[in-house]
Amino acid sequence: MSAVITASGLGKQYRRTWALRDCTLAIPEGHVTGLVGPNGAGKTTLLRLAAGMLLPTRGTITVLGQRPAAGPAQLARVGFVAQDTPVYAGMTVADHLRLGAWLNPGWDGDLARRRIGQLGLDSRQRAGSLSSGQRAQLALTVALAKRPELLILDEPVAALDPLARREFLQGLMEAVAEDEVSVVLSSHLVADLERVCDYLIVLVASKIQLAGEVSELLASHRRLSGPRRDPGRLPAGQEVVTEGHTDKQTNLLIRTDGPVLDPAWAVTPVSLEDLVLAYMSRAREGTPARRPRLGVAS
Amino acid sequence: MIEFQLDETSGVATYLQLVQQVHQALRMGMLEPGDQLPTAQQVVARLAINPNTVHKAYRELEREGLVRARPGLGTFVTRSPSGTDPATQARFLAALTDWLRSARAAGLDPGDIEAIYRTAFRDCFAEGVA
Repeated sequence: MSAVITASGLGKQYRRTWALRDCTLAIPEGHVTGLVGPNGAGKTTLLRLAAGMLLPTRGTITVLGQRPAAGPAQLARVGFVAQDTPVYAGMTVADHLRLGAWLNPGWDGDLARRRIGQLGLDSRQRAGSLSSGQRAQLALTVALAKRPELLILDEPVAALDPLARREFLQGLMEAVAEDEVSVVLSSHLVADLERVCDYLIVLVASKIQLAGEVSELLASHRRLSGPRRDPGRLPAGQEVVTEGHTDKQTNLLIRTDGPVLDPAWAVTPVSLEDLVLAYMSRAREGTPARRPRLGVAS
Repeated sequence: MIEFQLDETSGVATYLQLVQQVHQALRMGMLEPGDQLPTAQQVVARLAINPNTVHKAYRELEREGLVRARPGLGTFVTRSPSGTDPATQARFLAALTDWLRSARAAGLDPGDIEAIYRTAFRDCFAEGVA
């Protein structure tokens, strides 16, 4: 597996606060990778470090095998769309494309004009008067026309209404299908990630809680529901991620390397949202092993 | 050309939904040998899903021998699935209807019946449906 982003012991400190601390990860190439986690997990800091907008306080990060923003050649290989998909309000759509062409050696003017045409944008319009969906599409167009090998997007659809969000993701997926660009995007909206991402990373407090191909993650987790029992007595190969008990019933979300054969359990597949929430709450509450085994929870 | 739809509440993996919709279209005669499937790019531009999901679905259909990818041209239907003959289907439909009637006559409500059916279905196909 070749990695587009690797980090080792990566940290970023602002005055006395660590925005990211001791982060170690590898994001594989050829995927659309979703980065999820609660606010303050370090997602934005990690992505800004990867884009070369920030310098690490500690540790190392490499992007496409090199230091981020190591030089013009390296900058040209990475497209970055910052949070809230910023554009220059006073400049027209055409100005954005001219600026893009001027700043980027590998600029694909045909691609940029074709996308602007498909989107129905008036190239004389100022970016400040575009809708938020159109602004996001303009920012995506500029990033794609660089013809990057890696595209990094920080919460690209968080501020968009459902229709604009869908249209943005349609455009993004079309670009992935066409150019086979690797994509890393952070998002709170797990339902969107479920559609577009084939690799998922759950980041809580700078630490990876879960990472893997989405299809494998979904196949290796199950929700179990049955009569009350001690989850410590599950067969080997089944690991409890979250547990809940009433006086009569036990509900578990488990990671398993094989089928669940115990007939006492009702076994159901999990959604990506179930998985993300389970690993986020486990990280917040500590691992099940440290919690009272038979405490009554909802 | 068929258009894929997604049911996000079904719990069925996205690629499998695409596979099933092609099966369904073949059974209904909406797709016939020689017809072209939408390109991965057309599908993702409509559904906003990962292109690999479409590739995976098309590979599965190819493995089943229903379609063939022709490089540079697209993916085409080669044959219809060998469905069971209508008489066999009718026989099992009648048997299931009889069973449902007798369950209702025994006082089971639709929820009971569905739970029994789901349990039996799951036991029969083990983990294969997940």
